[in-house]
Amino acid sequence: MEDAGTAPGALTARAAGLVACTQCGRVHPLGTPQCRRCGSDLASRDDTSLQRVWAWLFAGMIAYVPANLSPMLLTSTFGRTRENTIIGGVFELFDHGSYGVALVIFLASVVVPIGKFIAIAYLALSVRSRGLARGHARQRLYEVVEFIGRWSMIDVFVVAILSALVQLDFIATVKPGVAAASFALSVAFTMLSAQAFDPRLIWDSYEVEET
Amino acid sequence: MGDSVPSGSDRNDLQDSTGDALASLIACPVCDTLHRDSEVPDGAQARCHRCGTVLLAPRAGAMTQIVLLALTAAILMVAAIFFPFLDLQAGGQHREGSVIGAILAFSDGWMMPLSLAVGALVVLLPLTRLLAIVYTLAPMAFGWRPAPHAERAFRLAEGLRPWAMAEVFIVGVAVALVKIAGLATVTPGFAFWAFALLVLITALKDTFMCRLSVWKTLERRRAP
Repeated sequence: MEDAGTAPGALTARAAGLVACTQCGRVHPLGTPQCRRCGSDLASRDDTSLQRVWAWLFAGMIAYVPANLSPMLLTSTFGRTRENTIIGGVFELFDHGSYGVALVIFLASVVVPIGKFIAIAYLALSVRSRGLARGHARQRLYEVVEFIGRWSMIDVFVVAILSALVQLDFIATVKPGVAAASFALSVAFTMLSAQAFDPRLIWDSYEVEET
Repeated sequence: MGDSVPSGSDRNDLQDSTGDALASLIACPVCDTLHRDSEVPDGAQARCHRCGTVLLAPRAGAMTQIVLLALTAAILMVAAIFFPFLDLQAGGQHREGSVIGAILAFSDGWMMPLSLAVGALVVLLPLTRLLAIVYTLAPMAFGWRPAPHAERAFRLAEGLRPWAMAEVFIVGVAVALVKIAGLATVTPGFAFWAFALLVLITALKDTFMCRLSVWKTLERRRAP
């Protein structure tokens, strides 16, 4: 099990001339259009998977640019209006001594999105050239990307809550900025990109060795 | 779970077998490796031989527990929408925020679609997912035949899983509390605790859920 990518004697559904359902695990003869057990559409390998991964990934990267350049939050306190970008908000929290929260926002809004861009691009590229990293390492990377993507939405929700709550006329008002919309789009596009990736592609490259 | 099917086995034999014979096999959804589908005892886990993905992890009474937890979470969600969420006080002014308020924060002008998206991610999709799970699993828990279109409902529930972001929202609330702390006095209302509890219950329910077991049970009960 240490390097199961080359585990001896494992037979895949595709190599057996069968098609498996990725939703419920049921196995069918090749060419069956829909799963008998759960009704999902079947495809031995999704040929368009990588195209869709790249398309959503680029859309996500493009939306991430205005998300960082334009203001996320417009705060007016005692008549003065300040505009905060994502990074600006992190610095402000840091200055106030809220290190923990600053770290959460920095991770969710900067480290995770950029890390996801790199990770998805790496996974999509590594499918072509086998042996870049072991199957298990890439599999783990894919699971992390799938799990963590949604947590980037934190900052959008923070903006929504602050804008709804902080409406104290002269003392303080908070309004959402343009970046909230483009950041939300960027997160959604990257999630779609990760979902379009077919993890079976990670393991396919080992199959040639085995047979 | 039995063994993975050895690559030396007769492929033609597998290929020619009818759909029913194939029901004794199960393929890993992640890496496509074939396994012989055998009964897994309650509380045990069956992992894929090749990639280590958990294939089956049945638990005794899981269906009933999941239905009850999902139902509780759905009721808490409805309560959380209508009761005050956070209470803000500053300079003699007083303001109550609700979940609906946070959703409508973007509602004026061109940001309207973002309002819809937040509403969907925080309330609508989690609630739909909970109800779809109850609809699918409640007849299973009672030992009845599956409801009409139960398969479609469970596919929907599984598809919505990444988009139901109630737990992300509650972390967002915590961050917002810290941000406001210097500016005003904030006290969490009833809905805040309801929402936090619903997030915990949803997480608990998801750890009980074994997708492949649900599908196998559905198929068995559907059979005449």
